[in-house]
Amino acid sequence: MKPEEPATTGADLLVKALIDEDVEVVFGYPGGAVLPIYDSLFKQNRLRHILVRHEQAAVHAAEGYARSTGKVGVVLVTSGPGATNAVTGLTDALMDSIPIICLTGQVPTHLIGNDAFQEADTTGITRPCTKHNYLVKAVGNLARTVHEAFYVARSGRPGPVVIDLPKDVLMNKHDYVAPPKVAAEHKSYRPQTKPDLRKIEQAVEMIAGAKRPVFYVGGGVINSGPKASKLLAQFVRMTGYPITNTLMGLGAFPASDKQFLGMLGMHGTYEANLAMHGCDVMINIGARFDDRITGNLTKFSPGSKKIHIDIDPSSINKSVRVDLAIIGDATLALEEMIKVWKARQPKVDLKALKAWWAEIETWRARNCLAYKTGGETIKPQFALERLYHHIKNTDHYITTEVGQHQMWAAQFLKFEQPNRWMTSGGLGTMGYGFPAAMGVQIAHPDALVIDVAGEASILMNIQELSTVAQYNLPVKIFILNNHYMGMVRQWQELLHGGRYSESYSESLPDFVKLADAFGAVGLRCHEPDKLDGVIEEMIKTKRPVVVDVLVDEAENCFPMIPSGAAHNEMLLGPDDKAGKVSEEGMVLV
Amino acid sequence: MNAPAEIQSHTISVLVANEPGILARVVGLFSGRGYNIESLTVAETDAKESLSRITIVTKGTPMIIEQIKAQLDRLVPVHRVRDLTVEGPHIERELALVKVKGVGEKRVEALRLADVFRAKVIDAKTDSFVFEVTGTTGKVQTFIGLMESLGVVDVGRTGIVAMSRGGEPL
Repeated sequence: MKPEEPATTGADLLVKALIDEDVEVVFGYPGGAVLPIYDSLFKQNRLRHILVRHEQAAVHAAEGYARSTGKVGVVLVTSGPGATNAVTGLTDALMDSIPIICLTGQVPTHLIGNDAFQEADTTGITRPCTKHNYLVKAVGNLARTVHEAFYVARSGRPGPVVIDLPKDVLMNKHDYVAPPKVAAEHKSYRPQTKPDLRKIEQAVEMIAGAKRPVFYVGGGVINSGPKASKLLAQFVRMTGYPITNTLMGLGAFPASDKQFLGMLGMHGTYEANLAMHGCDVMINIGARFDDRITGNLTKFSPGSKKIHIDIDPSSINKSVRVDLAIIGDATLALEEMIKVWKARQPKVDLKALKAWWAEIETWRARNCLAYKTGGETIKPQFALERLYHHIKNTDHYITTEVGQHQMWAAQFLKFEQPNRWMTSGGLGTMGYGFPAAMGVQIAHPDALVIDVAGEASILMNIQELSTVAQYNLPVKIFILNNHYMGMVRQWQELLHGGRYSESYSESLPDFVKLADAFGAVGLRCHEPDKLDGVIEEMIKTKRPVVVDVLVDEAENCFPMIPSGAAHNEMLLGPDDKAGKVSEEGMVLV
Repeated sequence: MNAPAEIQSHTISVLVANEPGILARVVGLFSGRGYNIESLTVAETDAKESLSRITIVTKGTPMIIEQIKAQLDRLVPVHRVRDLTVEGPHIERELALVKVKGVGEKRVEALRLADVFRAKVIDAKTDSFVFEVTGTTGKVQTFIGLMESLGVVDVGRTGIVAMSRGGEPL
């Protein structure tokens, strides 16, 4: 840690540290406490600053940037309300394990604790919604803290890290400290990435001996980097076993592959959920047995031996007890498993596997995603099928908001590669998709970036139309407008006797005029046979576009595992009568 | 899998960087995830390395206890987490200050009992004593219980500190 440069201000040190951490873009919003940083940004041209219209959107944009590039997303907000507005985004990033650095301004150190103007206890507020946070109290610690924060954010199970920066610290002077050359040797934080080889061998043995196996793969494989997805595909094809992805894991395995069963979980496919229920060996790589996946825990995959590979030891045995736990990075674990598999050339029980596939094919033949075509009205599923038809051969990225449209997007859009699908999985944040799409578009200026939205979700961060207009980001917002908070309405229909309490989207804006008011392009479609033309126009318009697709208001998202039910108790369509929701199920969300 | 699991008490030692907010991180983890804290003690134990030792007594099913340890270990400033209850024999001690007010025979009896429990008188007035008693939680509890009828007016307890037996450090 030797000084390299003459003394500079904390703000300049910060900017230098960001550049040294390979940061290219910062999503932010200025304010009193961060004025020194904005002054430093003004005097340089290495870092690009994207001015959002709300701090929550800054974090989601950074998430979109991070998820589509594999890099750390960086956010800069002011003290007090700047920091509190960022909290939803930080929680979102924590739940979905997205590497984010959030720089928050703070009142000068001598005013901390005085209820000063725009003061908030930012480290206190963000402690439970970050992987870690720092309050930098002396400029001498600033550069080192920034480097450590990046290391913490991107290593192990990634997550958001807040650095709270009092204004005096930003104005005081100190020498710069370069990032440590070797991977930071942190005193107490040392995530385990290398898997235990004996356990890898045990895993291969269990996998090879399976008669009814299934791979259950989540976002951990995507977070591990594109190589993990390549290795996954290689290993899964070597075994010939079926594979299902979680919502977060879509794209980790090519959706067009015959071995892919689709997404599993509450709105997953019939074949994926029944394979999970009936398997004898479950190979979980980078997924966390989330409650949307497992349904009723007591009935979850009762007859299977479970292997769980995860980088986070606290994910092991959290809700589901597993038979073999391997702590480590997915890339390294897959590399080792492939190595052992090749060396041993295990004899798989092909007869059993054939019978298992035959059973799966009967489930697949049930065609669980089928829907009744709508006649005069556009079915949301149809809209997404048409959308996919037009984008499948383009370089595209999809983000979503949260609700029915999100689940339909997960079901009907096919992902062949990782890092192409950005959705708020853990927190379920309405308002995520549009700012996330901005972040994706910043990282991939020439790609087609589409936010599949609902008319309710999109209003939660609609102010960002101003941002996309300012930077001329050609983000496409594809609204499936059913005039309802659709998933709320669906639950009210199935669980609350059709009492649609407060779920009707009253007084909606005219989205076409709204787009126009912000300097974007607005399109509308309500006839099925005009949809293709509208989608084509959306794609060819090299400007931000809002497409208001008026869809069937009553359509529900199926298949559905009702709360409290097991994987083999799915509702497959509107004719599957509800009433299957148990008393215990009612209290679940 | 869902058989009613047995609730067990575990004593966990956590070695942490002595930095602002560390206690809040640990306590917030327990409250945020709904874990129990039966007892908690914390103090700096290594000034040179700036390390503090937190001793937590908690209750839960084996699965919850496993979670608690994994969650603690995940905190960035946590150096080491050790479950003394499962890692072999260990000793636990607690210290209590007990203020007893009374005169005459009760006062004499209090002194006698204190002697039996090897409690020290660390403050005396003509109508009161403050006793310092150390020992296992059970012993401290019993002492306080016996003193109850002799005029306990105030009790302060440290909570449990614990250490493994034998020559190995944490």
